Amino acid sequence: MVATLLSAAPSGIPEPFLRAESTLGKFMLMFFAIAFFAAVFGLVLFLASLFKGRTGEKAQGAIFAAPAVLLLAVGLMYPAILTIIQSLRGKSGDGSFSFANYSAMFTQPELLTVLRNTALWVILVPFLATAIGLLYAILIDRARGEAFAKALIFLPMAISMVGASIIWKFVYQYKQTDRPQIGLLNQILKVFGFETRQFLLDAPVNTLMLIIVMVWIQAGFAMTILSAAIKAIPDDIIEAARLDGVYGLRMFRYITLPSIRAALVVVLTTIGIGTLKVFDIVRTMTAGQFETSVVANEFYNQSFRYDAPGLGAAMAVLLFVLVIPIVTYNIVQMRKEA
Amino acid sequence: MLTTTADTDVGGFPLYNGSSGTFLPVKEGNDAMATVKFDEATRVYPGNDTPSVDRLNIDIQDGEFLVLVGPSGCGKSTSLRMLAGLEEVNGGKIWIGDRDVTNLSPKDRDVAMVFQNYALYPHMSVADNMGFALKIAGVDKGEIRKRVEEAAKILDLTQYLDRKPKALSGGQRQRVAMGRAIVRSPQVFLMDEPLSNLDAKLRVQTRTQIASLQRRLGVTTVYVTHDQTEAMTMGDRIAVLKDGILQQCATPREMYDSPANVFVAGFIGSPAMNLVSVPVADGGVKFGSHTLPVERDSLAGGGSNVIVGVRPEDVEVGNEGDGLELTVDVVEELGADAYVYGTPTDDAIKLEGGDDSLVKPFIARVDGRRVPMKGEKIWVQPNSSHMHVFNAESGARLSH
Repeated sequence: MVATLLSAAPSGIPEPFLRAESTLGKFMLMFFAIAFFAAVFGLVLFLASLFKGRTGEKAQGAIFAAPAVLLLAVGLMYPAILTIIQSLRGKSGDGSFSFANYSAMFTQPELLTVLRNTALWVILVPFLATAIGLLYAILIDRARGEAFAKALIFLPMAISMVGASIIWKFVYQYKQTDRPQIGLLNQILKVFGFETRQFLLDAPVNTLMLIIVMVWIQAGFAMTILSAAIKAIPDDIIEAARLDGVYGLRMFRYITLPSIRAALVVVLTTIGIGTLKVFDIVRTMTAGQFETSVVANEFYNQSFRYDAPGLGAAMAVLLFVLVIPIVTYNIVQMRKEA
Repeated sequence: MLTTTADTDVGGFPLYNGSSGTFLPVKEGNDAMATVKFDEATRVYPGNDTPSVDRLNIDIQDGEFLVLVGPSGCGKSTSLRMLAGLEEVNGGKIWIGDRDVTNLSPKDRDVAMVFQNYALYPHMSVADNMGFALKIAGVDKGEIRKRVEEAAKILDLTQYLDRKPKALSGGQRQRVAMGRAIVRSPQVFLMDEPLSNLDAKLRVQTRTQIASLQRRLGVTTVYVTHDQTEAMTMGDRIAVLKDGILQQCATPREMYDSPANVFVAGFIGSPAMNLVSVPVADGGVKFGSHTLPVERDSLAGGGSNVIVGVRPEDVEVGNEGDGLELTVDVVEELGADAYVYGTPTDDAIKLEGGDDSLVKPFIARVDGRRVPMKGEKIWVQPNSSHMHVFNAESGARLSH
């Protein structure tokens, strides 16, 4: 990847250096990349040092920001604009300008299912994960073996989404009722005398089954952040509240909850953004079949499998538009706290 | 949403007196008698062998301002927290009025506490902070507003009622914490070093304000501090604690004039009392070259040495060769008078007390117009009518 990126750099760089085929070549490439980085860094510092005085400060700021701005422009802004243009040029992405892709997204039944699924994900995952994390954080707070209990629920965070999906695929594994079961969930059903089920095939339950995986992963994250926030509430405030006559649920409602509000917002929005972009779980477990697809998975499918890059781009734009309000809210909240 | 368990009574005592048109505590016969009694109250922290508060006995009168004072780790805050219900009582009992509150939860004790760091609820406005306990108790909204406004007027907080604690200065926050306690009109105020986060000037001002406010409201108050000046200036009575054990409980004057033991003698008063271990002699004790007359009865059972205590203002600078010889180290000029810090020339004579290994100087107050020079030798002896004699072993007071 670095090689292709570098080959797009100005000419004059000796050709053999860029081939990462032999061990030596790889080392040369690494050395060159580091040297290039150092050279750019040195150049920025040198340019910045040329400006002095009060007006110079602004110029210095601009010079320091320039590499980042440049990379953002090339790596983010330019593709974003291209994507938006592509989304407006029909299914193939190179036809005449129209809103056909967008209207398709909101009229085609299968694409509407995608939107419905995404809505389900975005509503259920942040709230379930946060609720479970919060409940868990409160229950284990100052309990014996707290560190161990926390590690237990935090561990899923350390597993990749694909890994987690494979684990849960085993849990949901289907065999006919009279055959030996390898899926935990179906084994439980069997023990209690129920018929085994195809958890990943039956809509809309299958979407919920996928959502459980995400909640399983994110609850640990929510728990960690919220537990830290709960611990940060000063003891004397809790004591003052007890003297004021507040206990149990009211303590939670009037003291704990308002005190961890900021952390709650961060957790909800972070998980919300992560959920909007969810791709790996759906891709690994059902590949978006059986009415389980979500926007991120669908735009991949449309762009790279169904040969409809224009429609895929439209879905990417939709995803982008949906993330904006959450990010904005997050930033506004952070400003308020600061 | 959760205000169904509203009770306007806390522990059987009305929270406010509507008919009098004021929220201030109004005595209602014997009901409102808020004496406080520590009866052999003991607190042992789990994992500790020695109790943090060891069989504490104090009787506090209705309306009294009692100050718990002592060095850090002496158990004064723990005692207060036991009274608040924030700390378990492992032995003995605690009474408020005629109620045994030993095992009651904090909310049922009808006490209000001012915390060292004020413990204001950061997400509530000043008014909500002050009215929170009443809201929880289910008091009517208009009534809460009225009482909060009256308390705010007393504390000069009216213009800050809608602010959040974050937007207040340290002194204002301290007053909000006071207001939160006042609004509840509890039977007992508990204050845990409420002035320690204020700057020196504000601390002196607020000290006076709290003392006068307490007298105005007439609410029994238990106040914890490590500062003996605060204790002396504010308290009706002072209780000195050390290592969880009550050393003495008396009025400031009594505490100053006849400390019960060496610890109290050294703790109360600034600059501290000079405590010198001296040998017993015929007809008294030997203080340098001087024999101080002490009644034989007082010395009975005191061993061959006793500790003589003398406050700096009771030190008399005598003639050469008469009394204890000192080398002057430092002279602090205060205008009207001066404090002389000296060390006994005789190395064998050591002063008692002091909280570190440093040699403790002998302090004498002298006339500001006749001040000895640094390095000069002076001879001092106590004014025998203001002299304290303590047992060298137990530290207990021997003289009367």
